[in-house]
Amino acid sequence: MGPVTTPDASAIGTSHDVTLFTAASPMRLVSGAVLDEVVVRYETYGTLNDDASNAVFIAHALTGDAHAAGWREGDRRPGWWDTMIGPGKPVDTNVWFVVCPNLVGGCQGSTGPSSTNPHTGEPYGLDFPLLAMADFVTAHRALSAHLGIEQWAAVIGGSLGGMQVLQWALSHPQDLRNAVVVAASSRLTAQNIAFSAVGRQAIMRDSGFRDGRFLSLGTAPNKGLSVARMMAHITYLSEAAFQEKFGREAQAGELSRNFGVDFAVESYLEHQGEAFLSRFDALSYLYLTRVMDYFDPFSDDGALDALRADPVKFLVVSFDSDWRFSTEHSRRIVRHLEQARIPTSFREIASPWGHDSFLLRVPEYHETVRAFLGRMAGEWA
Amino acid sequence: MNGRPDLELIARMIPAGSRVLDLGCGDGELLRMLRSKDCSGTGVEIEHSEIVAALAAGVDVIELDLNTELGEFASDSYDVVVVSRTLQNVQKPAEVLRQISRIAVHSVVSMPNFAHWRNRLRLLRGRMPMSEDLPFEWYDTPNLHFTSLADLEPLFAGLGLRVDRRIALDARGGQHPVGNLAANLVASSAVYLLHAQR
Repeated sequence: MGPVTTPDASAIGTSHDVTLFTAASPMRLVSGAVLDEVVVRYETYGTLNDDASNAVFIAHALTGDAHAAGWREGDRRPGWWDTMIGPGKPVDTNVWFVVCPNLVGGCQGSTGPSSTNPHTGEPYGLDFPLLAMADFVTAHRALSAHLGIEQWAAVIGGSLGGMQVLQWALSHPQDLRNAVVVAASSRLTAQNIAFSAVGRQAIMRDSGFRDGRFLSLGTAPNKGLSVARMMAHITYLSEAAFQEKFGREAQAGELSRNFGVDFAVESYLEHQGEAFLSRFDALSYLYLTRVMDYFDPFSDDGALDALRADPVKFLVVSFDSDWRFSTEHSRRIVRHLEQARIPTSFREIASPWGHDSFLLRVPEYHETVRAFLGRMAGEWA
Repeated sequence: MNGRPDLELIARMIPAGSRVLDLGCGDGELLRMLRSKDCSGTGVEIEHSEIVAALAAGVDVIELDLNTELGEFASDSYDVVVVSRTLQNVQKPAEVLRQISRIAVHSVVSMPNFAHWRNRLRLLRGRMPMSEDLPFEWYDTPNLHFTSLADLEPLFAGLGLRVDRRIALDARGGQHPVGNLAANLVASSAVYLLHAQR
């Protein structure tokens, strides 16, 4: 059965909201907590073929959303992974049916801590249960069932997205044939957790946070959230990338020596922090970063047993200038997989842009993903 | 183009069903050939175009530097390690041989023979050897080390690698008809099946 080629459908994504869990069949979390109502927003690109064998799942990173590719009305920029996904791109929507949902715990259409708690009629706030990586996979699997996709040709993600891919392949390898894990980690370092902690503290110490009840009380920890974003953004770029973009340039022609925004890099961070407020929620930021901190799947006894019995083919990619999740993070994943005899490919791609490289058009990176997916197309074309 | 004519011979030396690590796997040709023998395995390569070709062909490739990163592979994690026409390109061949004998009991190593009679003649005429097996100018070559078979075999012995088989090859990569009688003189290159003694 060959791929269905319908350029029109592949060029334009469609957005959907689906209720995946209800009080009658609630979502049971790893912690034992239960969510009675879970809505997930997702977008699709391309066309599912008759035997549902060309489906590719995209898992988004910390601040991503369901809008992975293409343009929606009113967009000032395309979806967050438009460099990767689209007609003729490495994840070619003329070939693949691509699905990208917003994470549970997120704030872009899926149920999260700012959603209304059906038991109180108020936003959850900090009453929302803590999440684990496996909970994301539970939601992804429910979406798969809803879409009638028994097995994904590939599940692909960068950073936190890659961590979901790893968790999914470890716990339910029968759900996917191929896994692409980019710039991810199987275990955060103390430094990673430290950055994560300071970001959360900036939010929780903001007077607008009000113990997480800020939505009900009509305040917002905007200062904290923008500082968290500014700091995190520093970790997404390499020192060389900052130097290349801004150097020591003044924002307004020449430096005027004050405590305000004087250097161009300060203006850039200020903008990043401000722009973030309009699209992200402080509570989601707490919940999603915390999932990453606790993620340590290889430490579980028998972590690789299911995958060993039902191997998934892996492509693991790192970037040499990424200091948030350095190559050593990816190598650790590769060591665990390769030593469990899971078919594993790995590349460290040279790119000056740091962690953000996974979102950018880096030719060797894209050629690698294209080649890896190309062999899958060959499996059934 | 068939730049690696010795691969078929190497493939024949590898037992069916083996788990094979191919260091310097290029576009994955050997590992693809070995699929018909039910072998599985991993290639190691560092050249972008080769990695992409191997991936597209369905071969699993791990990008790493043979000089410094073979420690990524666990001891006894493969049945056979192949180092085909690659050992002369690494910085410390003895260290790579030590690593491969740790990773697998069996290994297949092929090397060009610097002491082939044509090379000896070129040297007598005052010129550095160049041949099918040593095609590079001295100033533009990936080959860091040149050895004769007579100098290679003591290194194997010193590292506790027993030579189970040696096959002398002619310049085209085929088995040399009289190669084993005077390999160091007539072999353009040689393939060794080695056995780590431990």
